[in-house]
Amino acid sequence: MSTESRAATRPYYVVFIALLVCTYLTWQVAFFDLGRLNAIAALGIAGFKATLVVWYFMHARTSSRLTWIVAFGGLLWLFILLALTAGDYLTRG
Amino acid sequence: MPDTALAHQFEDLDQQREVATLGMWVFLVTELLFFGGLFLTYSVYRGWYPEDFAAASHELIVWAGTLNTVVLITSSLTMVLAVHAAEGGHRRALILFLLATMALGCVFLSVKAFEYRTEYLEHHIPGWGFQFKADHFLHAQIFFSLYFVMTGLHALHMINGLGVMAVMVWLSYRGTITPAYSNPIEISGLYWHFVDIIWIFLFPLLYLIGRHVH
Repeated sequence: MSTESRAATRPYYVVFIALLVCTYLTWQVAFFDLGRLNAIAALGIAGFKATLVVWYFMHARTSSRLTWIVAFGGLLWLFILLALTAGDYLTRG
Repeated sequence: MPDTALAHQFEDLDQQREVATLGMWVFLVTELLFFGGLFLTYSVYRGWYPEDFAAASHELIVWAGTLNTVVLITSSLTMVLAVHAAEGGHRRALILFLLATMALGCVFLSVKAFEYRTEYLEHHIPGWGFQFKADHFLHAQIFFSLYFVMTGLHALHMINGLGVMAVMVWLSYRGTITPAYSNPIEISGLYWHFVDIIWIFLFPLLYLIGRHVH
């Protein structure tokens, strides 16, 4: 591939390294007792990794607004699913 | 630019690409909610039986889960490089990156098969033969049921992905994929990355609960 092509793929390698670092972090942090923060840290790092994959690898960065709306719509419905069910189970006596 | 790349119902290639991409995102949203139900079930039971879930989670092979996370992330990199090669018209690189993605997918499934075999031998498959420490016996089965359903469904998606990639290798080899008509590779990549994202969440939730205890 040409040097121009190499420059265009550099962000992919940077994201790849970032994903590996996050995997190492999520693995390391699990061995510390942080109480409830353990689950929050695990999900936070996973969420950050997922965002990197969606934004760079799935090209959401350069996708149309319509694609964004569909993706956000999916997250919104997932949030409704989780929030309403949690609202039930977390408030039971 | 071959005219055959443009299906007759579309105005131009840009519109066709836009529709294909949007269609795949809509499908992925249904997949997200499909897996979402399982993540929800997992959360409710983990909230009820945190100690049993931690005890059961400790029996999983952490290095295998970590290795598989690295393997899948690497396969996402080769996938995105395949998309880039397709858009640039580098057919040889495209085919090689697709094959690399498939090879990594096979490594993932082999490690998973090894884990399932180990869990079978240790009697951790829920049902009549299930064996576990007496105080966690009942609820550890719930963890393992969720573990097998969630990783099993994920593995099924990986197998689907391998099938899709095999077709993409064939299309690339035949010369159907051109810079003007690279969206089959792009949307197959979307699916592959989505399956990667599911694993990114499964790994800490299943393998890393309460690891600090030991």
